[in-house]
Amino acid sequence: MIALIRDSLLPLAWRWFVIACMIFFVVNVLLIILSVLVSSFGTGWFTGWLPEQFTPKWYGAAWKEFQLQYVLLVTVQITLAVVAISLIVGVPAAYALARLQFRGKSLVMLMFLVPLLVPPITYGIPLATVLYQVGVGGTMWGVILANLVPSVPFAVLVMTPFIEQIDPRLESAARVFGASPLMTFWRILVPLLMPGILAAGILVLIRTVSMFELTFLTAGPDSQTLIVALYYSMFASGVRAQQSVDAMAVMYMLTTMTGLLIAFRFVDPSQLVGRVKSQKV
Amino acid sequence: MTSVVSSTSTASRAAKAESSAVAGRDLRLLMVVPGVVVIAGLFIYPFIYGFISSFNPQGENAGWLANYQRFFSEPRLYDTVRKTLWLAMPVTLLNVGLAVPFAFMLRTPSRGQRLLSTLLVIPMTLGTVLVAEGLMLYLAPNGWLNRTLLEFGILGSPLRLLNNYWGVALSLLITGFPFAFMMMLSYTTGIDPTLARAAATLGATPLAQFRRIYLPLLVPGLTITFCLTFVQAFAVFPSAVLLGAPAGATRVISIAAYEMAYEEYNWSMASTVAMVMGATQLIIVGFVLVLRQLSYRGPVVGGKG
Repeated sequence: MIALIRDSLLPLAWRWFVIACMIFFVVNVLLIILSVLVSSFGTGWFTGWLPEQFTPKWYGAAWKEFQLQYVLLVTVQITLAVVAISLIVGVPAAYALARLQFRGKSLVMLMFLVPLLVPPITYGIPLATVLYQVGVGGTMWGVILANLVPSVPFAVLVMTPFIEQIDPRLESAARVFGASPLMTFWRILVPLLMPGILAAGILVLIRTVSMFELTFLTAGPDSQTLIVALYYSMFASGVRAQQSVDAMAVMYMLTTMTGLLIAFRFVDPSQLVGRVKSQKV
Repeated sequence: MTSVVSSTSTASRAAKAESSAVAGRDLRLLMVVPGVVVIAGLFIYPFIYGFISSFNPQGENAGWLANYQRFFSEPRLYDTVRKTLWLAMPVTLLNVGLAVPFAFMLRTPSRGQRLLSTLLVIPMTLGTVLVAEGLMLYLAPNGWLNRTLLEFGILGSPLRLLNNYWGVALSLLITGFPFAFMMMLSYTTGIDPTLARAAATLGATPLAQFRRIYLPLLVPGLTITFCLTFVQAFAVFPSAVLLGAPAGATRVISIAAYEMAYEEYNWSMASTVAMVMGATQLIIVGFVLVLRQLSYRGPVVGGKG
């Protein structure tokens, strides 16, 4: 009887306890997000489970008050520049690390790993100091340069397993038929790597849109991305209606969630943590 | 005949490629250069610059250690280290402590596992600022959490969870736990399940399997997860300002660094605070790694490492 309880009932109870905890956690997270969504559509919400009335007017208000068309334009420009540069710099670097053996390779790997592990706020202040000294601090280029620090290594990390999966004999075959290394890269590798490049690009895009610390430390008044504008409007809460801040938060949420949904078509969710699962071929 | 020619030419080509690679002149190696330049210029150089400038205080006839002397003599500066540790340590222990049994429980791939990881990625992707915005509404005295607790008669008066320690701790739990869980999940699924099955045929209960097989194999992953989760929590910034008491209980070290840079415009002092922040993280991580070395009991194989 005791053996029965120990061997089958206790593990079962434990299993259900864990599942219940997970559900509790996820439900709370969803409710937190839902709070923002509900509040952004409400007229006033002081008592009761829901706001008194629902209205879409805060979205228009937020759009005007925070000059969101400008903020969104800046966000798109910065994000696309970061994605493009990270891929142009990161894909070849990932190729070299996946294929070539050279002296100091482990040092180079370490160089690409450390920026992902150190929290941005730690290196962001010295980086902002340098960027301001060079004269790009507070401009869009400053924000782009700062965002490259975590993005380039991240692109390298995501791309490496994709490159390792490609048979090196394909490249040798191309070389045999007289293709130059550059041509091999463009005609053989890039098409085969497209899924990986898309995955890396979308992941870098999401990370850049949601990168608060580095953008916050390097942005000037006219180079703020959506997340930084959201922070400033929350920081100055009371100046403007809470609901228009919520509306802005919802717009930010939609931007990242769209990216996330697209990303899920290409990658395993655990890659978003920054650690690439080693794939068994 | 032609095939012989082509094969010899391939061989010579290969030999040539080999020799040039050995000589370190493989042109493909240039591909890594732009990436190295980006990291060297935007990560390593600023770090060295910040380190040196922290020893060059602003102001007349200040000694080279003046910034550090100031940091460790003003309570509103040195106390931030204690306050940040007081936030980051318990939350990290909780996050990792929960992540291990949960990841162990959900180690077998299933639809549920995939759905759960999808759902857990959401708070991480949204970032701390949005989670803070949500918590401001959710934890408010008239928010859904307090309302539920009051309606069900669990509480007499609403919990005060905003503008103090708890709001920040909860936000660190919400962004940190999914990270720790996902990392632990990828380590746990990397352990060969046949090991546990072999133990089961020899009569090991699930608890014994966990303690005797999984836990020892998970130690390397556990160490890394702990360090990364801790370092992230130690660098807490937006939620400490928005949900906490940035002048009081949650005046964390990143707030001090920010104030020095953007309110006092003392960049050299700001670098000093950043260096202290980095050093504290390094000390804790080093301590955890040493602890792991001391508990090392033999070669560990079977994990992904």
